[in-house]
Amino acid sequence: MSNEIEVIKDPGLPAHKLRQTDIDPKAAARAEQQVAILFLLSALSTVLFIYAYFFISTETFVFIPLMGDQNLHQLLLGLGLAFSLLFIGLGAVHWAKTLMPDQEVIAHRHEFRSSDSDREDFVKTAKEGAAAAGLGRRSLIKRSMGLAVGLVGLSPIFLLRDLGPTPGDELKTTSWKAGSRLVTDPGDRPIRPEDLEVGSVAQTLPELAPGKDHHTLNDIAKDAVLLIRLRPEEFNLDAERLSWTYEGIIAFSKICSHMGCAVALYEQSTKHLLCPCHQSTFDVTRAAKVIFGPAARPLPQLAITVDEEGYLVAQAPFNEPVGPSFWGRSK
Amino acid sequence: MSARERIAGNVANYVDERTGAAAWMKKNLQKVFPDHWSFMLGEIALYSFVILLLSGTFLTFWFDPSMREVVYEGSYEPLKGLEMSAAYASALDISFEVRGGLLMRQIHHWSALIFMAAIVVHLLRVFFTGAFRKPREFNWIIGIGLLTLGIVEGFLGYSLPDDLLSGTGIRIAEAILQAIPLVGSYLSYFLFGGVFPGETFIPRIYTIHILILPGIFLALITVHLMLVWYQKHTQYPGPGRTEKNVVGYPLMPVYMAKAGGFFFIVFGVTALLGAVASINPIWLYGPYTPGQISAGSQPDWYMGWLDGLVRMAPPLEPVIFGYTLSLNILIPGLIIPGILFTGMALYPFIEQWITGDKREHHLLDRPRNAPNRTALGAMALTFMLIALINGGNDIIATNFDLSINQIMWFSRIGIIVLPPIAFVVTKRLCLSLQRADRELVLHGRETGRLVMMPSGEFVEVHEPISPEKAWLLTQHEQNAPLELEEKDARGVRRPGLLKSKLRKRFAIAHAEQVAKPTVEDLKAIEHH
Repeated sequence: MSNEIEVIKDPGLPAHKLRQTDIDPKAAARAEQQVAILFLLSALSTVLFIYAYFFISTETFVFIPLMGDQNLHQLLLGLGLAFSLLFIGLGAVHWAKTLMPDQEVIAHRHEFRSSDSDREDFVKTAKEGAAAAGLGRRSLIKRSMGLAVGLVGLSPIFLLRDLGPTPGDELKTTSWKAGSRLVTDPGDRPIRPEDLEVGSVAQTLPELAPGKDHHTLNDIAKDAVLLIRLRPEEFNLDAERLSWTYEGIIAFSKICSHMGCAVALYEQSTKHLLCPCHQSTFDVTRAAKVIFGPAARPLPQLAITVDEEGYLVAQAPFNEPVGPSFWGRSK
Repeated sequence: MSARERIAGNVANYVDERTGAAAWMKKNLQKVFPDHWSFMLGEIALYSFVILLLSGTFLTFWFDPSMREVVYEGSYEPLKGLEMSAAYASALDISFEVRGGLLMRQIHHWSALIFMAAIVVHLLRVFFTGAFRKPREFNWIIGIGLLTLGIVEGFLGYSLPDDLLSGTGIRIAEAILQAIPLVGSYLSYFLFGGVFPGETFIPRIYTIHILILPGIFLALITVHLMLVWYQKHTQYPGPGRTEKNVVGYPLMPVYMAKAGGFFFIVFGVTALLGAVASINPIWLYGPYTPGQISAGSQPDWYMGWLDGLVRMAPPLEPVIFGYTLSLNILIPGLIIPGILFTGMALYPFIEQWITGDKREHHLLDRPRNAPNRTALGAMALTFMLIALINGGNDIIATNFDLSINQIMWFSRIGIIVLPPIAFVVTKRLCLSLQRADRELVLHGRETGRLVMMPSGEFVEVHEPISPEKAWLLTQHEQNAPLELEEKDARGVRRPGLLKSKLRKRFAIAHAEQVAKPTVEDLKAIEHH
């Protein structure tokens, strides 16, 4: 063990060195003035704050180099508050450092462990208390109390039950039905194939059900669909998936199959869709197959066609749940 | 006796006759606190918490935590006439209609960032100096609890304004919740009161953000500080400083002035940031709608590592007996953070198990003198740093003209390869620094003065270091690794042999040191 070897000795606390302010009354007076100036600067800053609050219009803008156009009311209010606080702090610290005693003092520590006799007394008291209550003997009380206390803890769990409904099939369904027209978001205008040029993208929703005047966020969170038009020969799809497209127009759920962000970035040259949240990348030509990133499933594809008036409609609802995965997704 | 002294005396007498506070105050006004810049990190966290309470209370007077749909009629032209939640509209009103409102919002957000940063740096200081050792394990665990709650509290806070960016964050949180096996979709439905986004989550997280979590914070911070007070602060080693004493300045007046002043400095700097540095300009994002998103969506920095882990996860989502298991979300979103935070909370006990050291420690370690611990910390930091870098991979890609795929692959490989490298390099560095300390004690300081010896040889003159410095470099303990008997007194092999073999290996690795110089070594040199 190292203790047996002679080690270098602790020279002990170095002698206290006096500061200039300790020996020179002039230096001390100077320090006092400095502290007072700092406190006065704080007071002035508060005056600035009050002035800015009442007398500078919230519509005044000034140009400040590096910061650009700034709202003067906002800026002076902030600077007034900041400096009124900062100068109090600087004054107090300067005071402590120059004028308050700077000799280090020594305090002693004691071990936290209680003495053996205290410990024994504690154990004795606790045991006597338990014995006096009959905790060991009266097993009927002990067991019934255990039951009561255990059960009473259940009530809050029941009370929390009404926080929300159970999911049911809601996570697996959307508003899309066979024949739902695709309408623009925003605008709610039905779309004809000729409205979309090759290479363009449109964000769509299903047409509103009769009696509804706008899409709720709950609907949009499941219904948002991206429409992309390619040249038909650019697709690399099987016959079934090809039949879900219409003249090069293909529709995918816009809700990412990873964590539900809106898959909003379309790169025209590569025909890739990119989710800005976690960079999952989907290949539009191969039915939104995942080609990079953490998403494990393609974006669900919506089968589309046109109705007799020539507007784009869904052939059928989505054939799988949209959005992020959940335990019972494949059931 | 002046009139003022008489009044003060009467008040003190009145209070003391009813509470007996004088005895306690007498002792505690002289309480000694050691001085070091790194002890101010926890103070910054504490003061930021106070600033958060003050600015947050101000914000609640105008914020309307409701998802009721309203039409914006405020003074910010680009959003006029738009439908949005009352929460977002009132956050806009705080920014544009309430005088000083934007300042307070920015102070609140800045101090949240500073709060988290101060907690993390404070934690690193405590870890690398071994301040978590007995008797301070409880306070370490409370600290980990505060860090964890701080992350949640911050996330809920920036989710409240219900702008496009914050809604996206909530959507991701919902996906993590939904990914939990068996009960995920139920938990999500309970939190959101039905399908996402619903109309209840803003009022609910508001209650959690302004009442439940601040209440828990207040309780935990109180216990944290009471323990610091009662157990007395740790101190750095140096001449005159021992395990049995604490050397520093008394609370009254020096620490009251310094700590009180420091509160105003922290508040002042935060207010300065709030005045000149724009943060979370929610009016630029627009109201939340699940069908839209802005490119470059980023969480606050203390969530960035989590987002980075989620981004780099491989696309694993097996379907087992017809049930979907979203490993691509569960592993980075819950399992790895769970392991990291549990491991961090248990570290004091793990180290105690390895060293077998059951004594109290009040003198801090110089990080180089605990090479294994320092290396472990460097390893964990490297892991977090790579996760954080990957959390900003899109921003890095656009700013440095790189491909996201390259950064992602760098992170995926780096997060496995680089932490062990960081461990080995840090451990070697610590041992080298120990060697340098030994050299310094034995041979003194290099003066840079060259002298020609009679033989024509040139040597550099070394100057002995001060006794204080020599003490600082040699005061630490160097203990041999824990001895574990494989057989008990009667020669029977102990059970759990694998466990004790493992413990032995850890103990040897943990005790690796460069022997510190002794008086004998010094004498040997003198005779030389």
